[in-house]
Amino acid sequence: MFKPMAKAEAIDPKKIARREAIRKGLFWACWGVFVGFAGILGASIVRFAYPRIVFEPSSIFKAGKPDDYKAGSVSLIHGRGVFVVRTEKGFYALSAKCTHLGCQPIWYEDQQVFKCPCHGARFDKEGINFAGPAPLPLPRFHLSLSPDGRLLVDKSINVGMDFFLEA
Amino acid sequence: MKWVPLGLVRYTVCLGGLSVFFFLLCILTGPFLMLYYVPDVNRAHADVMDIMQVVPFGSFVRNVHRWAACLMIVCVPAHMTRVFLQAAYKPPRQLNWLVGITLLILTYLMCFTGYMLPWDQEAYWGATIGATMAENSPFLGAKGPFSVLPPDKDIHYIMLGGTVLDQPTLSRFFFAHCIAIPGALAGLMGFHFFNIHRAGGMSGPL
Repeated sequence: MFKPMAKAEAIDPKKIARREAIRKGLFWACWGVFVGFAGILGASIVRFAYPRIVFEPSSIFKAGKPDDYKAGSVSLIHGRGVFVVRTEKGFYALSAKCTHLGCQPIWYEDQQVFKCPCHGARFDKEGINFAGPAPLPLPRFHLSLSPDGRLLVDKSINVGMDFFLEA
Repeated sequence: MKWVPLGLVRYTVCLGGLSVFFFLLCILTGPFLMLYYVPDVNRAHADVMDIMQVVPFGSFVRNVHRWAACLMIVCVPAHMTRVFLQAAYKPPRQLNWLVGITLLILTYLMCFTGYMLPWDQEAYWGATIGATMAENSPFLGAKGPFSVLPPDKDIHYIMLGGTVLDQPTLSRFFFAHCIAIPGALAGLMGFHFFNIHRAGGMSGPL
């Protein structure tokens, strides 16, 4: 025999409210997980772009024996971005990085001038800017003698314009 | 519907479309250049020379890429000039003007990163200049005004992958030129076109 369906019982409003609360809770929990994961992913990718270790030349290095430099000479130390200048009085190390936008100036022996090939800044032998767009003189790095009698350049220490290592 | 009056419809209305066309030419030729180009400091320049001199039609494909890029750089500002002079940035198209400015900046970034990939003297010192400018930019650069970030956390460091231009820099520029910026550019261009559609379609019946 066909049995008529029982009438739907009236659901307890408390139950409805509880289900609604669970539904909302799950909804926001899902969003929370999503946003949290996206945030963690984003933050880790930003951090990922900053390397812990960089394989770069040390800022402290030896630049040969003082006797290797002739009086009055300007020598570029390749790969280090430093000019070692030998005058009658002594030595000083100039940064080979133009103070305008970072290109490497070239020493012209015949004109006794540093010229930057990028935008034409000029520096004299002391590293002082006298023409072109460079706003500052070339920084001078700390120079000392290592115990084995070689020149020791420290690019992490900037010294004043009057600094030089006596020959 | 906001139509531009018919009298203002001139050839200049096509400049945005031309920008898209040149962008598509770059998207089409770029992946093929990647078949022969390896972003390694020891061979990148030799690979470009190979593409120019040895690969069949290599110089043609590279020149299409290069010239399309150059013409895109001409077309995008020209398109913006047209939009500005016709006041087409006004409501309801204000948002699209801002999207357009972002597209312009991204286009310039494409240029800057692509210029660096051949790894010749021009590329190397060009990237040096760009990196130094980034280093001296406000807030983000360590040497700029209002700098808050130390030298090993600023925009210069993240760009170069260190403090000097070397292999990490080339890898980063390659990634930016081939994946990050074109992806952002294509996505924003889609949004740009959707906004045109939403504002009532193109400038009017041609």
